[in-house]
Amino acid sequence: MNGMNEAHPLTQAIVAGRRKEVAGLVQQCLAAGESARDIVENRLLPGMMAVGEKFKCNEIFVPDMLIAGRAMKEALAVLEPLLVIAGVKPEHRAVIGTVQGDLHDIGKNLVAMMWKGANFDVVDLGANVSPSAFVEAVQKHQPRLVGLSTLLTTTMPAMRDTVRIIRKAGLAVKVMIGGAPITQEFASEIGADGYAPDAGTAADAARALLQSKA
Amino acid sequence: MNTPHPMTGRQRVRAALAHREADRVPLDFGSTGVTGMHVTCVAALRQHYGLPEHPVTVIEPYQMLGEVEPDLRDALGIDTASVLPPSTLFGFRNERWKEWRAPWGQELLVPGDFVTTPASDGGWHIYPGGDTSASASGHLPATGYFFDTIIRQEPLDEDHLKLEDNLEEFGPISEGDVAHFCSGVAAAAATGKAVVATLGGTAFGDIALVPAPFLKRPRGIRDVEEWYVSIAERPAFVRSIFAKQCEIGLANLAKIAAAVGDQIDVVFLCGTDFGTQISQFCSVQTFREVYQPFYRAVNEWVHQHTTWKTLKHSCGAVRPLIPELIASGFDILNPVQCSATGMEAAGLKKDFGGQITFWGGGVDTQKTLPFGSPAQVRAEVLSRCEIFSRGGGFVFNSIHNLQARTPADNLAAMFDALAEFNGRPRPQ
Repeated sequence: MNGMNEAHPLTQAIVAGRRKEVAGLVQQCLAAGESARDIVENRLLPGMMAVGEKFKCNEIFVPDMLIAGRAMKEALAVLEPLLVIAGVKPEHRAVIGTVQGDLHDIGKNLVAMMWKGANFDVVDLGANVSPSAFVEAVQKHQPRLVGLSTLLTTTMPAMRDTVRIIRKAGLAVKVMIGGAPITQEFASEIGADGYAPDAGTAADAARALLQSKA
Repeated sequence: MNTPHPMTGRQRVRAALAHREADRVPLDFGSTGVTGMHVTCVAALRQHYGLPEHPVTVIEPYQMLGEVEPDLRDALGIDTASVLPPSTLFGFRNERWKEWRAPWGQELLVPGDFVTTPASDGGWHIYPGGDTSASASGHLPATGYFFDTIIRQEPLDEDHLKLEDNLEEFGPISEGDVAHFCSGVAAAAATGKAVVATLGGTAFGDIALVPAPFLKRPRGIRDVEEWYVSIAERPAFVRSIFAKQCEIGLANLAKIAAAVGDQIDVVFLCGTDFGTQISQFCSVQTFREVYQPFYRAVNEWVHQHTTWKTLKHSCGAVRPLIPELIASGFDILNPVQCSATGMEAAGLKKDFGGQITFWGGGVDTQKTLPFGSPAQVRAEVLSRCEIFSRGGGFVFNSIHNLQARTPADNLAAMFDALAEFNGRPRPQ
């Protein structure tokens, strides 16, 4: 998005992480006749896309991204009940978690936030998630995408095992991986469908992956 | 530049810190909580070099770092000696050792107050000060090799944050702890190696310390995410915490310095990570506003009152911040994560090698060392030594602690390559 100064005040508040202003701005949009769906698609999504872009370009950093995410949550707290009433569902569902043996979750949380910001329904399994728990979650929630995160080198084998077990279970789901020690090379090696080097890229990569035919 | 008599470890490290080439590249392993070895690596090396096998002593339970004992230190040619704080990250003292069998089957020696209870995932919980009546503050997953902190964030009233809640862990050093450092420094100095001391109290916003796993009931901002949010939303509050912490830290450094004098060669001041794999945790501007005044104050005090050199640890892609760290007065940067964006070894040496000592960067621990071949390890070590050691300003260490279950052959290849570069026989 270019020209953030010309963006809607709600979009600007999301990008700047001014969470205390957000609920009021959402109410203003509703009062002006915008539907909850329109607000998500035209106000929130452009904001989170801009956040992702700025993060990729090192214009903003993890703390800025976190406060933008909190601002988005404030908006969704107002909008989600309205979306339910209107029967509007996110386009895609994703399951995400940090793999077994690893308790780190900042990176995973950032990706979950960016996926939510891209209008995914995200089921967050937390950290230290066993391969079988991933499989059960996929069977239960029927997502199109599973995200696996790890920070540690010692848990990279757990990531490999998780991909293997998801494949063995014959689940029709795309698997995307990320985390500090992860590379595209490793993703290819263990048979993951996608990889993103950072949370900003993760939303674009997920959308691209779900649009691909392969 | 071979001298007829080999230099001592202390001379070697001091030469490097003075940006002069020593008789060989100085080597550190085990001097701090960020330049150490996982207990599995200590055991693997002891076995590899035919040293007596016995339970490895856990000197730092959070990352499960093992003691590099004098026999292993000598076998490897390590040039440093360590002085660690009297208490661990979980708030108990390193004393009254007892045996403990790790989930991966290794027999270890741990402090008496290293008390664990089974966690619901089959792993283990550990307690602040060893007090099981408090909530657990650390968790070792069933298939893990390290503890991680358990976030114990009490509900936060963000309109009424109290400075003192985030300052509970900072206070005047006790006479007992000064005595601990005194005897520790004397023992380390007696080895003839460079004395590397971790004195505590000057890590500003280290994310491993924010959750306060050593406190029984931490108050204030203790959640990792909330802390990062605070950097963006409440920078003045964070600065106020740092200001008071700095005041207390400087008073404590003065007491320790009065007791130990100039026997310390290097003081590890702060382990706050400013880098991710590809970026930074804050902008240069935020660094200048929130952190730099306090780093400058501590470095200036140390340099005015002692001969100690100061070490800053930060993982990740910190290249844009290196000029700021230099301007803050730091003498040494660790771990020099060459695999992170912008951290290529040759560029760092060219641009900053005359102004700061690189303590680390010797070999990658995310990929090459755990997953590469011995030949790849050798090639990387030789290349890094070639780049970093010219003109001094380099102490060999891997990029952060040696990680659990690194293959022994790769560890040996690292030490062999360093010996090869130094023109010395391989460790036997």
